Amino acid sequence: MKRLILWAPLGLFVLFVAVFASGLIAPASRDIPSRMIGRPLPVFDLPPGAPGHPPLASSAFATGRPRLLNVFASWCVPCAAEAQQLGQLAAAGVEIDAIAIRDRPEDVATFLRRWGDPYRAIGSDVDSRVQIAMGSAGVPETFVIDGHGIIRHQHIGQIQPEDVPAILAAVKAAQ
Amino acid sequence: MIAEAGLAALWLAAALAALQLALGALGLQPGREEYLAGVRRIAVAQALLTALAFGCLILLFLRVDLSVALVAANDHSDKPWLYKFAGTWGNHEGSMLMWVTILALAGAAVALLERQLAERTLVATLAAQAAIGLGFYAFLLFASNPFARLSPVPADGQGLNPLLQDPGLAFHPPTLYVGYVGLSVAFSFAVGALVTRDVGPAFARAMRPWVLGAWIFLTLGITAGSYWAYYELGWGGWWFWDPVENASLMPWLAATALLHSVTVLATRDGLRAWTVMLAVVAFSMSMVGTFLVRSGILTSVHAFAVDPRRGSFILALLVLYIGGALALFGLRVGTVREGARFDPVSREGALVINNLLLSAVLGIVLIGTLYPLGVEAVTGEKLSVGPPYFNSAAGPLALILVAVMGAGPLMRWRRDDLKAVMGRIALPVLITALALLAVVLLAPPIGILPLLGLILAAGVAAASVAPLWKRNLRRTPLFTYGMVLAHLGIAVSLAGMASESAFIRETLVAARPGETHKVGPYQVRFDGVEPVAGPNWTAVEATLTATRGDRAPRTLKTQMRSYWAPPTQTNEAAISTVLDGQLYVVLGNPGDDGRWQLRLWWKPFVTLIWLGGAMVALGGFLALVGRVWRERQARLREEGYI
Repeated sequence: MKRLILWAPLGLFVLFVAVFASGLIAPASRDIPSRMIGRPLPVFDLPPGAPGHPPLASSAFATGRPRLLNVFASWCVPCAAEAQQLGQLAAAGVEIDAIAIRDRPEDVATFLRRWGDPYRAIGSDVDSRVQIAMGSAGVPETFVIDGHGIIRHQHIGQIQPEDVPAILAAVKAAQ
Repeated sequence: MIAEAGLAALWLAAALAALQLALGALGLQPGREEYLAGVRRIAVAQALLTALAFGCLILLFLRVDLSVALVAANDHSDKPWLYKFAGTWGNHEGSMLMWVTILALAGAAVALLERQLAERTLVATLAAQAAIGLGFYAFLLFASNPFARLSPVPADGQGLNPLLQDPGLAFHPPTLYVGYVGLSVAFSFAVGALVTRDVGPAFARAMRPWVLGAWIFLTLGITAGSYWAYYELGWGGWWFWDPVENASLMPWLAATALLHSVTVLATRDGLRAWTVMLAVVAFSMSMVGTFLVRSGILTSVHAFAVDPRRGSFILALLVLYIGGALALFGLRVGTVREGARFDPVSREGALVINNLLLSAVLGIVLIGTLYPLGVEAVTGEKLSVGPPYFNSAAGPLALILVAVMGAGPLMRWRRDDLKAVMGRIALPVLITALALLAVVLLAPPIGILPLLGLILAAGVAAASVAPLWKRNLRRTPLFTYGMVLAHLGIAVSLAGMASESAFIRETLVAARPGETHKVGPYQVRFDGVEPVAGPNWTAVEATLTATRGDRAPRTLKTQMRSYWAPPTQTNEAAISTVLDGQLYVVLGNPGDDGRWQLRLWWKPFVTLIWLGGAMVALGGFLALVGRVWRERQARLREEGYI
């Protein structure tokens, strides 16, 4: 018994090394999964964000069909860069709503004319209140919302061409 | 040429370390004693070469030699010279070179100064020190070469993180590293003693000054680091339970335990295996701390290098050294004769409780620091462990520890009478009770931990000076004064922590120039902002006037600085220190309507935290001088000089 106790520190240390080695060997994934996944959207009712588009309210998501919610701004360069991918998603039959952050309707209209307009409804979130309530830290971000208004997936940053299949899959899974 | 000279010196030092290890190992064989004398000299030569390499790197940084990759990445010609100099260790490679330099210097100091240890154990100790050095030389040379050249040579460097551009950088890392790496001596002593099976009072007396020396620097480093974070980060806190702070606290806790158990071993020949274990654990904690910071496995303000290859390298070194020492411990300590026994009610008993509590706090901090990693490894979930865990788990234990600290020095060695002990601690207990009464009656309601902290601080302060009671103060040995001062420092520091968390006042305001806001006993008028410029930054500077009753008003200036290399913003807090606390002001962002965000704190007696830390370190210093002096006198007497 006493002999065993003498070896206990070495045993503890081996355990410590095992934990660390697994930490070092495991792929260094630094992305932090959103706490909002599986939770309903916050309740909001935003004014219209661009002429020619209906305004956006959280009640509009309880339609039984999954859709995308894109958080963007006309002043945001990566948002312009992802416009083409959003166009592809819209062409694939996905409905996309949007929230324009700290923006002016006339600027949003110019942005949509220039880079394409995949959106159904656009809400205007002038002071980022809804954005923060959704757990979004920047633009652009894209949420997959299921037919009951529950957040199913959050894509942080611009949608690259190679991200499109994953987002389509997430929309399909939310059905 | 300077870089190449530095690199060559480093390679030569590594070769000498290999030689030191080989000669040391051979010298331990019977009949090969002639190797022993060489080992001491090699240790000194190795340290000189490493110091030369470090000196070369400092020179490169001072001259902003941009053809060296490390200098180009961290230096900038616009920086004031102090930050060029201190910037040498404000990065991964430079700080590792400093680590190795201190390791080699510590080995040389042992080789030159140690006269008490048996020659064979000393040689085993120096061989162990060389073995540690060899691994870290390899790490520098193969995975973090500080002297690597860069081509093409850039027009200017990328500059140093502005948070580090502070005089604190010149003092805090070297002090802390001397403490960290100084513990390597205790580790090597333990390994040496295990190899030669020579664990006893003589070994403990020889090891004690080295532990004490490292511990003093560790205490100073942690205290200074805490104050640096407090004024430089502008967050108003003095301890954040950041993984790297924990990485410095854990060796300190282990070294504090070691300091007390080594006294039991030296005086009473007890706690043999335990003391050896602690010596191994203390430096292991230093190495684990280095690993945590340098592997990028935990992200933190201190993490310069996020490089898993380096992490694997350091992990391999940890396995080699800690695993090796613990295996040696398992093999050999069973053959170490059991030490003297003692009564539970005795000075030794109190020191055992001290050791158990310190180890428990160490365990709590270690678990809290590693828990997120463990959870991620097992379930993949990401989480963080913060102050609520540490405060509620370690706080109560720390308070019990402080209470025991008050009683311990009032007990006799070997065996004491419980009734007599009660009589001796009656007055401190009474003072604690009176403090409780005073706080409950006079102060606004406060939390239980701060309340206990405040009243314990009062009682323990009294208990700390009690060992001087009824003694001939001129004949009391210096190390007793050291102990009294260090224990008093803990009480002072505790009083500061408790007072700060109990009575802190904080307001966040959006103020227009000319407005006055109240915080604690102060009326603070916001006079306005103006632009100012420094050598490598521009800033918006706010001027505030603080008045308190009818005392003379004080002017405070707080800045929001923008550095251009690298482009970063920092908040420079304005701190006004008075006898009973500090007023702490930070300038935040401007609003659209001409208002500026201001954070104002009134922190009563917060300075006691660091004053206490300094007292603890000074107490350690007195104890060190007292011990070394007494041992020297004893040796001279033995040799017939006195």
